[in-house]
Amino acid sequence: MNTPLSWIKAYVPDLDCSADEYMDRMTLTGTKVEGYQKLDDGLDKIVVGKIIKIEKHPDADKLVVCQVQIDTEGTVIQIVTGAPNVYEGAIVPVVLDGGRVACDHSGNRIPGGTKIKKGKLRGVESFGMMCSIQELGSNTDMYPDACADGIYIFNDNKEYCNAELGSDVPELLGLRDVNFEYEITSNRVDCFSVIGIAREAAATFGKTFCPPKVTVTGNNEKASDYVNVEVIDKDLCPRYIARVVKNIRLAPSPEWLQRRLAACGIRPINNIVDITNYVMEEYAQPMHAFDLDTIAGRKIVVRRAKDGEIFTTLDGQDRVMDSDVLMICDADKPVGIAGIMGGENSKITDNVSTMLFEAACFDGTNIRLSGKRLGMRTDAQAKFEKGLDPENAMEAINRACQLIEELDAGDVVGGCVDVYSKKREPKIVKYDADRINRLLGTDIDEDTMVSYFEMADLKTDKEKKEVTVPTWRQDVELLADLAEEVARFYGYENIPSTLPTGEAMTGGLSYKLRVEQIASNTAEYLGFSEASTYSFESPKVFDKLLIGEKDKLRDTVVISNPLGEDYSIMRTSSLNGMLTSLSTNYNRRNKNVRLYEMANIYIPKQIPVTELPDERRQLTMGMYGACDFYDMKGAVEAVLHKCSLKTDIVFDSHSERPYLHPGRQADIIYKDTVIGYLGEVHPEVCDNYLIKEKTYVAVLDMEYIVGYSDFEAVKYEGIPKYPAVTRDISLVMDKNIQAGQIENVIKKYGGKLLEKCELFDVYEGDRLESGKKSLAYSIRFRHAEKTLEDKEVNEVMQKIIDRLAGLGAMLRK
Amino acid sequence: MKDKLNKIVEDAISKIENSDNLSALNDIKVFYLGKKGELTSVLKSMKDVEASERPVIGQMVNNARNTIEEMLETRKKAFEKKVREEKLKAETIDVTLPGRKPHMGHKHPNSIALDDVERIFIGMGYEVVEGPEVEYDYYNFEALNIPANHPAKDEQDTFYINNDIVLRTQTSSVQVHVMEKKQLPIRMIAPGRVFRSDEVDATHSPSFNQIEGLVIDKNITFADLKGTLAEFAKRMFGETTKVRFRPHHFPFTEPSAEMDVSCFKCGGSGCRFCKGEGWIEILGCGMVHPRVLEMRDIDSEEYQGFAFGMGLERIALLKYEIDDMRLLYENDIRFLEQF
Repeated sequence: MNTPLSWIKAYVPDLDCSADEYMDRMTLTGTKVEGYQKLDDGLDKIVVGKIIKIEKHPDADKLVVCQVQIDTEGTVIQIVTGAPNVYEGAIVPVVLDGGRVACDHSGNRIPGGTKIKKGKLRGVESFGMMCSIQELGSNTDMYPDACADGIYIFNDNKEYCNAELGSDVPELLGLRDVNFEYEITSNRVDCFSVIGIAREAAATFGKTFCPPKVTVTGNNEKASDYVNVEVIDKDLCPRYIARVVKNIRLAPSPEWLQRRLAACGIRPINNIVDITNYVMEEYAQPMHAFDLDTIAGRKIVVRRAKDGEIFTTLDGQDRVMDSDVLMICDADKPVGIAGIMGGENSKITDNVSTMLFEAACFDGTNIRLSGKRLGMRTDAQAKFEKGLDPENAMEAINRACQLIEELDAGDVVGGCVDVYSKKREPKIVKYDADRINRLLGTDIDEDTMVSYFEMADLKTDKEKKEVTVPTWRQDVELLADLAEEVARFYGYENIPSTLPTGEAMTGGLSYKLRVEQIASNTAEYLGFSEASTYSFESPKVFDKLLIGEKDKLRDTVVISNPLGEDYSIMRTSSLNGMLTSLSTNYNRRNKNVRLYEMANIYIPKQIPVTELPDERRQLTMGMYGACDFYDMKGAVEAVLHKCSLKTDIVFDSHSERPYLHPGRQADIIYKDTVIGYLGEVHPEVCDNYLIKEKTYVAVLDMEYIVGYSDFEAVKYEGIPKYPAVTRDISLVMDKNIQAGQIENVIKKYGGKLLEKCELFDVYEGDRLESGKKSLAYSIRFRHAEKTLEDKEVNEVMQKIIDRLAGLGAMLRK
Repeated sequence: MKDKLNKIVEDAISKIENSDNLSALNDIKVFYLGKKGELTSVLKSMKDVEASERPVIGQMVNNARNTIEEMLETRKKAFEKKVREEKLKAETIDVTLPGRKPHMGHKHPNSIALDDVERIFIGMGYEVVEGPEVEYDYYNFEALNIPANHPAKDEQDTFYINNDIVLRTQTSSVQVHVMEKKQLPIRMIAPGRVFRSDEVDATHSPSFNQIEGLVIDKNITFADLKGTLAEFAKRMFGETTKVRFRPHHFPFTEPSAEMDVSCFKCGGSGCRFCKGEGWIEILGCGMVHPRVLEMRDIDSEEYQGFAFGMGLERIALLKYEIDDMRLLYENDIRFLEQF
């Protein structure tokens, strides 16, 4: 919301502060000022002048030499200009030597303006410059009578043409003003109006608030003789006021009114439209004007629309209504969508003679939802949505009629038709000074608090310890609300700064978060950098990942109002995010990329979703570049190890995940639970993600890992005193025998003496028969209480070798 | 005999001094001290000496041997030192060649900022808790004093799953879960993802992170809120950071405020970074609304509390002067490796 300071000052005449001071203090009492524009920024030494004489420039066809009188004493200066619209006798703004105009040579406003110095134009001296409206820092929207591409000539303007020569032009044009931009919070509906802000300004600066004196105007006729109002759906329309103006005399509004509207970003149109808009800004009460001669039966009916009813709004568009939209109708037909937009059939035209003025109060939620369904967003709607004060409507419509008389825009008919079904009464709220101090941590005495209440127009009864809350302050309901009134006028900055007292608390991370932190840190040690991807994605990712039509992963939590299909389902797999990020890196030529993400997947408990899904935190690791399957497997093992899952981790190749290479994938199994998987990404999936390198991923379900982790189980084992015996064996076997099978045999038959079994060589090649491979292990034995003898080791080794032979793995000769 | 010995010693010293390598030195040793060496031959000629003079001559021979041995040893050490020095010199490397770094991963800037925030509040006795990201409408709105059809629901541009379930728009929903457990007092922060239907651009993302804070105890005041958050700001943004509280409105707190911190770039004098204001808006806060407490059956006469909420991305973007939010979700390794 934008409001010029002059408008505020009209109602707080004693207000005297700099723009910065106003901004700071209003902000600190809760009316946040986002910024301001000084309308006279960059304007200096600009006075009213009169062109006495014009001569041709001796050396330039497009220039003329003007003699301009710049004061009442008769001082005349010479100014050379190229402007086409000057003439002898013209009253013009003149910037003197050393003065400033607001814009640069290309017409753009620049902070501080541009300095104008005397000089010679084609050899003829010029002692200043005559200004256009742009050079005065404004535009023809604000000053419609100004020449769009020439000097601003005042002669045709009855307010400026008699200005004293030499007087200050910014002052004359009302440019000694500041336009403030506010951010109003949704609870302060009253502050979406000039009156509301002025009331806050008066309270903030401790000045008297003088709102406009509204007098009820009108002739001795009765509005009720002109129009009849029936409100059928009272729940959606607590109040409807109609007044009538006849003998409408459309004309431009006076300069001051046009300028105030323009400052708020509203284009002046004619007196009637301008008055409606002006009062909407001033009182935050939207009003609508109907041509009464188009209202059938001279009757207004407020009712819900019929489903499918088509209505043409005043912008010429046909719109389809439904039965939740409130309509303003006449005896036969709808004439407007309540609170949103009037109808084509009843709009004010240049030929209007009698006008029906509507000031109503509608249900904010209904207006908001109707507007959304209809895809409409008007200024009036924005005001109604917030839930207006019905008490304000009468004041506003009377103000509008008063302005109509003042501006001589028509003859106001006496009285009004007021259908007010549910009168809003002021609320009574109890206060308790001690309780307020206890909430704020302050020691403010009751009288001071009462003075703050009074400043905010909350009438206080000290006997009863209660305040009467005016109808416009819908936000004040409880003691806590009164505490805020006290706090903001006392000044948030004056409230002490303390630390909470009471029971000391230990705090910290939950166990789950600690395990997740260990896993994340380990991934980082292993060279994986942390990625962050969206929780929602496109249902098309399942096809990209080659996931089957019937796969359970396709059962997802679906967003009913997504930003688009690409963000429409909550992910059930973290792979797409990872592969998309790897793809981004790959396509930006980044080499050897390793990423991890610690984030949730969302598994629905049922379809359709009726309760919250299972949110499972996944550690997802992905990489391409100088690495292979075993690098990823080692990374997985390191993470699990750090999370205390050390032994009995099984890598099961029967995983059959469609997005992974069929021969290079494994489920990760711990205590019979699949806690994750890893593998080389299927080349077709890589193609789908435009990654042209082998890519590896691993996904660990942290919910399981946190559950299985047990750091308490870690206990010290004595460091052995007796030496170990190490035997190396090299085995030849069919390729399809897995190392895991060999290791299981070694572990099983190595028994208690076995300390460690480590693979140190894998060979497939010319030196072996085709279809064979060789694995070499270093096996270490140790006895806790004595030095092992060869004989004992030989016995165990023989058992192992025999069993391995049974499996088809023979000692390599 | 004595002269002969002196001559031998003199010759030996001269040869030792003139020797220029270890093997020459060894030859000298053999020549004088070896089995067939000069001194040995002197000793062998002892048999020609008077018996009474033998001890004296013997002593002299020993002295000569010791002198030569010492000289040899000194010379040897000098040679060894020289050899080592030469070796070391030859081993000189270019220390400006790059180091061989183990490839370490990097934390996401959001996580670094979150770790900072968590560390500060854990130090003040806060517990870090989590809540669901897909949430019941009730927890996200109604229980926070945002009734059905409240405009705030539209302001927050909620993603709906169905009428009852939403993607949470604020971590404030975790407040409700924690209060529901009825374990008072409460001091907690709740970080996590939240979702709002904003189109992606340099300053908006439909998914981002917030950190919620909640303190409930018997005598918690607005002054405590100010003190706690001022302390947080100092630890987070530097000891000289000033804070400013402005009245604001949130449905679930009353009184409510927004907190600005003095611009950490210009210190408050106004610069391009803080758009000339000297202040940077960092979080929203306030005293827990009595209705919010009462909905959880917490007696608002006995217990009071404060709550606050901040955007994690905002802090990360400010802290690292990142000018485009989209960078946080692209995961370009050249971006991530800067942190």
